[in-house]
Amino acid sequence: MRPEALFQKEFTIQGGDFVNAGESSCMIRNTLREIGVDSDIVRRMAIAAYEAEMNVVMYALRGTMQISVYRDEILLTIDDKGPGIQNIDMAMQPGFSTATEEMREMGFGAGMGLPNIKKNADVFNITSRVGNGTKLEIRIFLDGKKTRK
Amino acid sequence: MKIREIVKACDLQLLTGEKMQDREITGGYVSDLLSDVMAHCKKGAVWITLQAHPNIVAVAVLKEISGIVIVNGRKPEKDTITKAETESVSIMSTERSAFDVTGQLYGMGLRGTR
Repeated sequence: MRPEALFQKEFTIQGGDFVNAGESSCMIRNTLREIGVDSDIVRRMAIAAYEAEMNVVMYALRGTMQISVYRDEILLTIDDKGPGIQNIDMAMQPGFSTATEEMREMGFGAGMGLPNIKKNADVFNITSRVGNGTKLEIRIFLDGKKTRK
Repeated sequence: MKIREIVKACDLQLLTGEKMQDREITGGYVSDLLSDVMAHCKKGAVWITLQAHPNIVAVAVLKEISGIVIVNGRKPEKDTITKAETESVSIMSTERSAFDVTGQLYGMGLRGTR
């Protein structure tokens, strides 16, 4: 059985709300800093959280983002209600994006979001159901090891 | 190099962060793609961009960017200013282009932080 999280917090993300976009990620970053997580790990989690949050804002109706701190790892899960992803392999390709022209003009839709998340995570899982939503699971280990059974 | 030094030298308009002008700048990064900034801009940098919408503040907070210079005379939205004041993010603006401002800062000794 999984031990209970030392710390856990959930945030609601509203699809299309570009004004408040990024605030949940900022709160996650501040919280991790306050509880004394190593600054490099905070930085990596902040990048992953931001990209995941922006994906919900840009593509989904709404979503929840939950941060859980365990003794040996930090887990971030993002669960959204939205169109889902047709082809995950394609979505993972750097440079691939389905962003609108308007989003691109704002500097989004570079096709770097999911690759940035993967790069900063120790474990990254993505599952999606078309017409239903997408779920991300991002883990960063606290003991500094990149791989672990 | 401090914020107040680049404001003076490059004749930038200081829009937020009046009290943060002694913040140290350790390098620079130029990009209008937010994910690119998230991936490559380093802590303490000055970020030169033409983006002026509120989300640039979140990027600056998450990456611990020392200041944002908005170029080409673009004016940030009101929400951008409000957020920047709340989050203690320093925003400057200029009529000049990214090329010109970056060139001048490079000449003053600042380097890319990638």
